Amino acid sequence: MAKISIQDLKKIKEEQKARMVLREGAQRAKITVHMGTCGIAAGARDIMVLFRDIIGERGLDDIILTNSGCAGLCAQEPMITVEVAGQSPIKYVKLDSAKARRIFDEHVMAGNPVEDFALARGSETTAQ
Amino acid sequence: MSASPYYRMQFLLCAGTSCIASGSLEVKDALQKELLKRNLHDDVQIVMTGCNGFCARGPLVVVYPDGVFYNQVKPEHAPLIVEEHVLKGRVVQDLLFKEPAAKDRVPLINDIDFFGRQRLIALRNRGLIDAESIDDYIARDGYAALAKALESMTPEEVIEEVKKSGLRGRGGGGFPTGLKWEECRKYDNFPKYTVCNGDEGDPGAFMDRSVMEGDPHSVLEGMAVSGYAIGANKGYIYVRAEYPLAIQRLQKAIDDAREYGLLGPNVFNSGFDFDIEIYPGAGAFVCGESTALMYSIEGKRGMPRIKPPRSAEAGLWNQPTNLNNVETFANVNPIILNGGDWFASIGTEGSKGTKVFALTGAINNVGLVEVPMGTTLKTLIFDIGGGIPKKRKFKAAQIGGPSGGCIPNGLEDVQIDYESLTDVGAMMGSGGVVVMDDMTCMVDTARFFTHFSVEESCGKCVPCREGLKVMHEKLTDIVEGRGQAGDIEFLQELGKHIGSTSHCGLGKAASNPVLSTIRYFKDEYEAHIFDKSCPALVCVDLIKFEVIEEKCTKCGMCFRGCPTGAVIWEKKQVARIDLSKCTKCRTCITNCKFGSIR
Repeated sequence: MAKISIQDLKKIKEEQKARMVLREGAQRAKITVHMGTCGIAAGARDIMVLFRDIIGERGLDDIILTNSGCAGLCAQEPMITVEVAGQSPIKYVKLDSAKARRIFDEHVMAGNPVEDFALARGSETTAQ
Repeated sequence: MSASPYYRMQFLLCAGTSCIASGSLEVKDALQKELLKRNLHDDVQIVMTGCNGFCARGPLVVVYPDGVFYNQVKPEHAPLIVEEHVLKGRVVQDLLFKEPAAKDRVPLINDIDFFGRQRLIALRNRGLIDAESIDDYIARDGYAALAKALESMTPEEVIEEVKKSGLRGRGGGGFPTGLKWEECRKYDNFPKYTVCNGDEGDPGAFMDRSVMEGDPHSVLEGMAVSGYAIGANKGYIYVRAEYPLAIQRLQKAIDDAREYGLLGPNVFNSGFDFDIEIYPGAGAFVCGESTALMYSIEGKRGMPRIKPPRSAEAGLWNQPTNLNNVETFANVNPIILNGGDWFASIGTEGSKGTKVFALTGAINNVGLVEVPMGTTLKTLIFDIGGGIPKKRKFKAAQIGGPSGGCIPNGLEDVQIDYESLTDVGAMMGSGGVVVMDDMTCMVDTARFFTHFSVEESCGKCVPCREGLKVMHEKLTDIVEGRGQAGDIEFLQELGKHIGSTSHCGLGKAASNPVLSTIRYFKDEYEAHIFDKSCPALVCVDLIKFEVIEEKCTKCGMCFRGCPTGAVIWEKKQVARIDLSKCTKCRTCITNCKFGSIR
């Protein structure tokens, strides 16, 4: 992309903001794997690969799989945040492949949060 | 049912057969008694109603006019309901009926102390954006501060805003950022440089790493704003090579920003050119010192030099240079966007805004947190940090890394701000907090940090190079049982001299761990020196490895853990330790829940 102007910046902001919000009907869910050094050390890569493979195998095109940095609670990594369209996001902690698979089937696909591994719902309010 | 005109509140108690059976009449009596006691019986009416239909959760109390529905109320809840609901107008959450649906049983994120008590400015994008997506960053107001500065502010106005915010250096020194920028702007000697100090080296600290990994563009943008303010067109990020992920993500961020023209010539067609380069450092602690860091970028040996001239006048390649810490840069953008007054409204008189801390050690929620300045250490450790694991006692918190000090149990009400921490013998440092429980020996801890400083001393000044070594030898003598009368005084004297005769911050502060542990834990030093014992059972040369028969519960936990078969134990027998087989690994001591081994 060519050099952007301040107007372009605003346009990118609005477009990307819209893309980051899940729209019912368009996307089913967004999975964010927290991949700071702490998360990766605790096994976040395996979780990422697992989700990628499931999504690939089943040919799902309405799930956003993305990563982000450390969510702050390093003691309980690997962590993921799952947001199903129309519901508040849920943070899951201390995951392994089996847990992640269950979350994928029960929460991402069926819309029922897996209470057993959930830490919290909602997203952090920030200063702005 | 409407509320009686004579009462401001009504309690509707279910008096169906089922609720009476589960005790609603007793609840009624208790509530009546409590209301009388507090002279509220004329304000609140108790009405007994028929079956409410939800017998399984009885006795039920519905409060009108609020319509709050309490279930499974017991007589002992009466004082709580009256006090909280009637007097203070707060709903008693514990007694509320909760929908059994799973999503409602998962707590709201801000109801969890770990998250709810934090205030995110530097970490504002934590966990929300893909660190490698510049568009994600832009969607969260990224580069809007740079746009605002370039479009509508003069460099002087940018500096004024940062000065007004009261932002101080987050790397440890606490020098006002706005003043630093103003000083650097003064010199008409080009080129100038702005440098980001990402040489985070304190044991247990990982604040900067996390920002660089999770939100690299916020660092780049803050640097660009500072470059505009001081008149620099080139920035360097000094990151230690041990942070490969941070380097990789920063590089991706730089590439993307160049692609968008947010770095490079003529940013936003404003005429401002700015570019950034990463310089991976080899991981020497001393290179976190500003002048040593700059020598390192120049390709020279990293050693602090005498100031003045300050870096603002003659820094990198003797040109005017501004150096700020990662977290400082991450704070700049919100300040430009929301104004200095907004930032200054957070925090204390002398310390504005928030501070990021890395919580490690004996604490449940090991992690990264950001709290307003002025938060107490207690809140940080117990509310946000979730307290000490395994029900052990809090002993001390080491703040400020090898240059900081220990804050002991009893002083945990200290506010976290630059001045208060210095008053108790610690320092803000970069924000590493190592929490220690009662299984930690303070002499050994002091020795650990001193050893770190011995290893990391650049060797330029004799007091630091030799003095710390002597200090370390003395501490080793003490923990190995060769301590003598006079050692404590010797350490204090030596520490004072190292502090006052060393040139740079590393040497000046290197004896802080020793001095602050002597200040607060002198009894522990005395126990090592005079009684040849280590109260925390850490220093193996001072442990007898014998079982205290009266305390032994014969549980066998020591026996199960012992890797060499040195513990002799049978059911219902007091354990014994065969010293000829014992390797002093301390497994039995950590396994014993009753403190029966000394």
